[in-house]
Amino acid sequence: MPTDKQVPPGSRVAVIGAGVAGIMAASTLKQAGVEVDLYEKEERAGGHLNRWHHLFPGREEASLVREGYLQQLREHSLSLMLSAEVKAIVREPEGPAGGRFRVTTAAGDSRDYGAVLLATGFRLFDAALKEEYGYGIYPRVLTSPELEQRLSPGGAGLDTETGPPKRVAFVHCVGSRDAKVGNRYCSRVCCITGVKQAMAVRERYPGCEVINFYMDLRMFGSGYEELYQEAQEVHGVNFIRGRVSEAAKTLGGAIQVKAEDTLLGRPLKVTVDWLVLLVGMEPSLSAELLASLALESDQAGFVASRDKFLQPGQSSADGVFLAGACGGPASLPESVNQARAAALSVITYLNRKG
Amino acid sequence: MNFSDHPPFVWPFLAGMAFIFVYLPLVYLNWLRKGKLKEFRVMPAHIFSSKTLLAVKEIFSECLLHRRIFRFNRRLGYMHMSLAFGWFLLIVVGKAETMLFTHDGFNPPYLPVFFKYFYPSGIPHTFKGYFFLTLMDLLLLFVLSGLFLAFYKRFRSRRLGMTRTTRHILPDRIALTFLWMIFPFRWFAESVTAGLAGSGGFFTLGSGKLLAGILPLDLMQEPAWWAYSVALGGFFFALPFSRYMHIFTEAVMILLKHWGMKTPERDNGYGDFELNACSRCGICTNVCQLSADAGITHSQAVYFLRDARYGLLERDTAENCFLCGRCSRACPVEIGVDELRLAARRRFAGELAAPVTGIPRGVNGQGTFPGLNTQTGSGMKSKGVAGLKVDVKEGMKGGATRDQKNGVEVLYFGGCMSHLTPGIMAATRTILEKAGISFAVLDEQETLCCGRPAMQAGLEGQAREIIARLSERIRQSGASLLLVSCPICYRVFREEYHLPIPVEHHTRYFSRLVTSRPALFHSSSLRMSYHDPCDLGRGSGIYEEPRKILRHTGTLVPVPQEREDALCCGGSLANLAITPRQRQQVTDAAYAHLTAEAPDFVVTSCPLCKKTFAAGKRPVPVIDIAEALAFSMTGDTVPTRLQKSTRELVAP
Repeated sequence: MPTDKQVPPGSRVAVIGAGVAGIMAASTLKQAGVEVDLYEKEERAGGHLNRWHHLFPGREEASLVREGYLQQLREHSLSLMLSAEVKAIVREPEGPAGGRFRVTTAAGDSRDYGAVLLATGFRLFDAALKEEYGYGIYPRVLTSPELEQRLSPGGAGLDTETGPPKRVAFVHCVGSRDAKVGNRYCSRVCCITGVKQAMAVRERYPGCEVINFYMDLRMFGSGYEELYQEAQEVHGVNFIRGRVSEAAKTLGGAIQVKAEDTLLGRPLKVTVDWLVLLVGMEPSLSAELLASLALESDQAGFVASRDKFLQPGQSSADGVFLAGACGGPASLPESVNQARAAALSVITYLNRKG
Repeated sequence: MNFSDHPPFVWPFLAGMAFIFVYLPLVYLNWLRKGKLKEFRVMPAHIFSSKTLLAVKEIFSECLLHRRIFRFNRRLGYMHMSLAFGWFLLIVVGKAETMLFTHDGFNPPYLPVFFKYFYPSGIPHTFKGYFFLTLMDLLLLFVLSGLFLAFYKRFRSRRLGMTRTTRHILPDRIALTFLWMIFPFRWFAESVTAGLAGSGGFFTLGSGKLLAGILPLDLMQEPAWWAYSVALGGFFFALPFSRYMHIFTEAVMILLKHWGMKTPERDNGYGDFELNACSRCGICTNVCQLSADAGITHSQAVYFLRDARYGLLERDTAENCFLCGRCSRACPVEIGVDELRLAARRRFAGELAAPVTGIPRGVNGQGTFPGLNTQTGSGMKSKGVAGLKVDVKEGMKGGATRDQKNGVEVLYFGGCMSHLTPGIMAATRTILEKAGISFAVLDEQETLCCGRPAMQAGLEGQAREIIARLSERIRQSGASLLLVSCPICYRVFREEYHLPIPVEHHTRYFSRLVTSRPALFHSSSLRMSYHDPCDLGRGSGIYEEPRKILRHTGTLVPVPQEREDALCCGGSLANLAITPRQRQQVTDAAYAHLTAEAPDFVVTSCPLCKKTFAAGKRPVPVIDIAEALAFSMTGDTVPTRLQKSTRELVAP
């Protein structure tokens, strides 16, 4: 614990990542009178929210929700640095500046902070690693964010290449709960995303048959189960329990899916116009940052909390906090809640230090 | 001297020797009785041919000189050679010495062994006598030096090239104790006698004089020779029940091998010779990746052979093996351990009604090797879920039709693993199309099994059924060549199918294409390391062709262990018992090995190796040689698909 009294109690905080968690943490800190710099490596704020058209389970317009978050940034005139990828965070050794963090961007700018809040989010699983599904080889195999783009206004839809699709299949758990790709954990949000997107396809192409291949459906959130029931009862979406073993291109360019229906206990082959892979979340914080801050990670590689019961949002390193999916798969509302809680921990930390 | 009144201490030795000479031939005859008459019919033609001479040469170089162990490690080779060849020379030279002395070839068998007891001065007062005394002492020193190394190896095995050594069982320990006693006791007995007589070879006389100063030699003489004889006799009695059975068995095995006997599919007795020819030297444990990387230390060749020999073989020991062939290659006795393992697996599989663990089971407990249970065309149709029409066999109707296949140059077979790595099939297609070669894909719309996994699991019947069906379809195709991507398929096509058309693995076929039409392929600055798949390298002897392709399309980066010594990727279907975690450990170690020089790509030529390495996050991508070649044709030197992550592809 730094003992230097010269560090003022209201010292600056670096928030890394301007996704929903970063924005919410930064604006909460700012409202409490803490000076914050918000670093974002992309050209615009909003993170993964930028890729989505509708949000589950209420199917709100993602662009409106995003606008709400950006409004927070403007309202509190937060210092937001775009295209500013953080390359290094180094804790200064004990001394006059002891315990401070020096944050350096890819451009070479550096600045000192009293605390760091990581809101670096997640990376989507690279679907090409599940080569048997043919992503990147067959043009009619998409990932869930790609489908979202296609279905959003101005997107290509699913009929530009082929005319209205007759059958579309979703594969759940791509890159999640799969020891073969080294990811044993559940990504939590893909189940409900698959339900939401299946309904969207049925609505846009009413004659199209939609099949979801799943292992389990984990409808844990508020309104999730209801949406799942609605998908079956109102929209006629089919759910088949069983993992897809492989996909192949037919002569006509469609995708033939091989799977096993584990409830009926029989193998099946289905030809679909599009195959959508519900890709999971992976840790995105670089190994260098993890190492330079001496952060502990959980077995999946996400940043670990020091004590997940008593000190969630506090990393294993003093003065380093975390919020959102950098600590493990989380939905948007969960990330936002974590961000506000982490902001409170930062304030407590700075006050105690001061 | 009248040899008919033997001194009593020779009896332990004589009894042991008599036991060996009666027991071993009986055992060998018993094994040979298992063979069928027709298997021996070929023998006379071999016996009276140069093959016998070759066998003798091999017996000399392997049973005595241990040339192959020398190749593995010189110190270890010396250790084995000094014990085997040194002892052999002691016997031969000792025999010559006594024959010269008695002028009679038929002296009692113990005379050469205990010659110094009877004649401490050797052949007196002649150059011959002096020569033999010196030579015999030198030979004894030679053997003792090997013994010293063997002792040293117990503590510092790494200095003899062994990271791991064999764990020995009680009969081995007993025999080893007797063996280690023989030569020090011989030295002691000869020294005592030389010290008493005041004459002998330079070594024994020297040590005898030293001993005379500290020990009452006259009291020591009888016990010393007794001890030597007991050590010899004890060793001989323990020999047939210990690893030292290999001493004689290996020689007989080499003879039988040269006389036309092979590791059997059915137990014909030759297998027993192989089991017993294992000296448990442990070189196989030393090269086994299971012990090095995954902590599996019970199923290596040495333990498999040992347990099988004593009838204690457990299923896991037979099945916890990649059949990668590294141990067979390292084995100084060249025991066909992979074939023996397969034979054992067949026996285990036959004992049980259900298929072996690890092989997918169908609904009715029938095997589900793709293509085995499927009748073409009018297949079963799933009723599907309510409202959902799913054509179970829809894919079978489409695809390259029979008519299209007729007259094509190449019939391409991807196999089940290439269906899981469709990038390989797509790349092969690209190459064939761009090269203007007419081709058809045999398994485009359905996944067919080649039969090898069933064979490796010991499921002979299922394998034969698969082979018969697929053979028929290949025959009907009318193609002039069968091209395969998968070395596992390639091997079974070559070894078991007896097809009317040639079978080529794509490395070989494409290497010819690179030679005959080099302009089709562009060179790049990519640095690539090559992973030899087990079934393609050690299994089929194809090492140079893929390297030729890579040298043409980029820079080939060497890896420490390659070609015959290449590591297994850990994905082998042949291991039916390993846990996923242990498999991952083997894979990670092999991957680290291949990427030590930080190449741009690791290239392999097996869909299973590719799939195995691709699992998990890998900084250096692993691609198939067909993909590397297709990239070089399209001029797309950096395969963008592999470079872009999903995130980049969808970034707005």
